[in-house]
Amino acid sequence: MIEKALKGSSVYWGWVIFLLCIIGAGFIAYLYQLKVGLGVTGMSRDISWGVYIAQFTYFVGVAAGAVMLVIPKYLHHYTKYAKVVVFGEFLAIAAVVMCLLFIIVDIGQPMRMMNVVLHPTPHSMLFYDMIVLNGYLIINIICGYNTLLADKKGLPCPGWVKPFIYLSIPWAISIHTVTAFLYAGLPGRHFWLTAIMAPRFLASAFAAGPSLLVMILLFVRKVTKFDPGEEALQNIARTICYAMIVNFFFMGMEFFTAFYSNIPGHKATLEYLFWGIGQYGNLVPFMRACIIIGFAGIFILLVPPIRRNPFWLAVGCACVFLATWIDKGVGLVIGGFIPNPLEMITEYHPTFPEITIATAIWAVGGLILTILYKVAISVREEEQRI
Amino acid sequence: MSMMDRRKFLKVAGLSTLIGLGGSSAFELLKPGKVDAEMEHGAHGHHEAANEEGKETGPKTRWAMLIDMKAITKEKAEKIIHTCHYLHNVPNWGNPKDEIKWIWEEEYEHVFTDSYNEYDEVLEKLPFLLMCNHCDEPPCARVCPVEATFRRPDGVVAQDYHRCIGCRFCMAACPYGSRSFNWLDPRVALKKEMAQGRKLNKQFPTRMRGVVEKCNFCVERLDAGKKPACVEACPDVMHFGNLADENSNVRKILRERISLRRKLELGTKPSVFYLV
Ligand code: SF4
Ligand code: SF4
Repeated sequence: MIEKALKGSSVYWGWVIFLLCIIGAGFIAYLYQLKVGLGVTGMSRDISWGVYIAQFTYFVGVAAGAVMLVIPKYLHHYTKYAKVVVFGEFLAIAAVVMCLLFIIVDIGQPMRMMNVVLHPTPHSMLFYDMIVLNGYLIINIICGYNTLLADKKGLPCPGWVKPFIYLSIPWAISIHTVTAFLYAGLPGRHFWLTAIMAPRFLASAFAAGPSLLVMILLFVRKVTKFDPGEEALQNIARTICYAMIVNFFFMGMEFFTAFYSNIPGHKATLEYLFWGIGQYGNLVPFMRACIIIGFAGIFILLVPPIRRNPFWLAVGCACVFLATWIDKGVGLVIGGFIPNPLEMITEYHPTFPEITIATAIWAVGGLILTILYKVAISVREEEQRI
Repeated sequence: MSMMDRRKFLKVAGLSTLIGLGGSSAFELLKPGKVDAEMEHGAHGHHEAANEEGKETGPKTRWAMLIDMKAITKEKAEKIIHTCHYLHNVPNWGNPKDEIKWIWEEEYEHVFTDSYNEYDEVLEKLPFLLMCNHCDEPPCARVCPVEATFRRPDGVVAQDYHRCIGCRFCMAACPYGSRSFNWLDPRVALKKEMAQGRKLNKQFPTRMRGVVEKCNFCVERLDAGKKPACVEACPDVMHFGNLADENSNVRKILRERISLRRKLELGTKPSVFYLV
C-alpha cells in the first residue's frame, strides 16, 4: 500500500521537496539550539514556555478532533462518513507526531528524555500526557492502517480492530483533558486555574481538527478524482460550527467570572490579552482578530446557503482554524505567564531559529499527512473506478 | 479531642490526602494556632503522625528561614545575595532574559501580591529578600515528571541537576517565581566574569545548560552540620532553625514576632517567614 506514495505527479514531488527543504532548515536551526541552548529562543525566566509548547497544545486538539468523525461513523453507523473517517485518523497521526516533536525541541536536556520512563512519576501530569499521547498515536496507526487495508480489499474492517476504534473515542477525549490538566492544576496561575479548561480545550479541538480536515478534503476533491461526498462535508461543517459556538461560549464565561467578580488576579491576563496593560500589548491585535475571525467563521458555517458554497465553506473553515490557533496556539500559553507570579510583565518575542524550528515541525506534519493522504486517496480512486 | 478520637481523625485526614480530597485543608480548619498546631501533628506527612507504638510524633525536622525585616538594610541584603551567589557559582548574565537568581531583592508590592496594603508606608520601603520558600506542599515537586525536584524529609525542596530534563514544568508550577532555567551554558558567563576578577567556588558544582536551579537552603552545608551561608553572612537578619521543634530558635521568635508568609491561600505552606 505504501508504494502508492512513491508514484505521483511532478506537483506532488515538488510539494514533497518543498517540505523537505523547510524540514532541513529547521533541522539546522535545531542543531544550533542544541549546541547553544534554549537561549536562542525568545523564552525567558518569566515566559518559560513559548511557541513550542503553545503549538504542542494546539495540535493535541487537532489530533483529538478526529473523534468527531469516528463517533458518528462507528457509534451511530452514519455511513456518509465511511469514506472520510480514515482521513481523520491520518490527520490525528500527523498531529500527534507533531506534538511529540514539539515536546522534544522544547526540552533542555533531550538526551535525558527517557528519564520520564525510567523514573515514572504518577503525581506528574506530564507522565500521563506521555502515556496518552503515545497510546493515541499507536491506536490511530492501528485503526487507520487496517480500515484502509480492508477498504482496499473490499472487505469489512477485521473484528479485532473494532475494540481499538471504540477505544480511540475516550482516548481522544483523554489526550486533550490531560493536556488541559497540565495547566489547570497549577496554583497561582489564575488564567489557567479554571475548571472549564478541559471542556474548553475539547470544544476548540472539535472545531480546529475538523476544520483543517474539511479544508484539505475540499482541496483533494478539486485536484483528485476522489469525492468525499457533499453530505459528509456539510455535516462536518455543522459539527465545526457548533463546537466553535461552544468554544466562544466558554470563553465568554471566563470573561464573566473574571470581570464580574472583579478579582484583579483573574482579570489581569484577559486585560493583557485583549486591551493590553500599560505599554504592554503585543498580543492585543492577535486576540481581537481571533474574536472577529472566529465570529465570521461561525456565521459562514451557520447559514446554510453560504455554507453550501464550496468557496465559502473553505473560508469559514479557515476562519475557525485560524481563530482557534490564535486562541490556543498563541494566547493561552503565553498569556498564562503574563503577568508573572510577582505581578510584573515580561513580553515574549519569538526568535528566528525558534520560528524556523516550529515551521519545520509543521512541515513534518504536512509531509506525514501528504504521504498518508496520497496512499488513502489512491486507494479511494481505485475503488471509485471499479 | 480525646487521644483516641484524634488518632482516628488523623487516619481519615491522611487517607483523604492520599486520595487527593484535600484532606489537609479540612485538617487545618480544625486547628487553632497556626504553626503550633501544624507542627504538632506533622504538617506534611500525616502518616508520620502515628508511629508503630501508636505514639504521636511529628516529623523530626522541618527547616525554616526567618527574615527579620526590622533588621535588614540595603547593604545587608546585597551582602547576603552576593555571598549566596558566590558560594553557589550562580552566573550573572547581566540581562533579564537569561537571568539566574537564587535570592534577590524585591519590593513589598511584588512580594505580597495577595495581601499588599498600599497604605503601609513602612513595608513599602523595605528591601524584601526573595528565595525559594521550601514549601511543605511544593507544587514544583508535584509536577516534575522525573522527581528531579523533590521534598527531602527535613523539608528542603532539593534539585537534582543530573536528572532534570529541562521541561520547565516546575517553573510554571511555582507560584513564587523562585526557579531559574539555564537557557545558556552558565560556565560561559562564569568564565567571562572570572576574566573580570570573579572567583569560582571549587567546593560547589557549576551547572550545565538546560536544567533548572534555585535556592537549595544550602543543603551541602546543612548536611555538614553548618547553617546556610546567608545566615552566616547576616545572623541578625536571617534566622534558620527547625520548625518541627517546639523549643527551637525559630519557634521562639515566631511566638514573639508578627510574621508574614507569601500566598498562603494557595496551600503551599511556605517555610520562609518575614518578620515585620
Ligand atoms: S517556592 Fe517555588 S520552587 Fe520553592 S518549594 Fe515552593 S513551589 Fe517549589
Ligand atoms: S525542569 Fe527539571 S526539575 Fe523542573 S519539572 Fe522539569 S525535570 Fe523536573
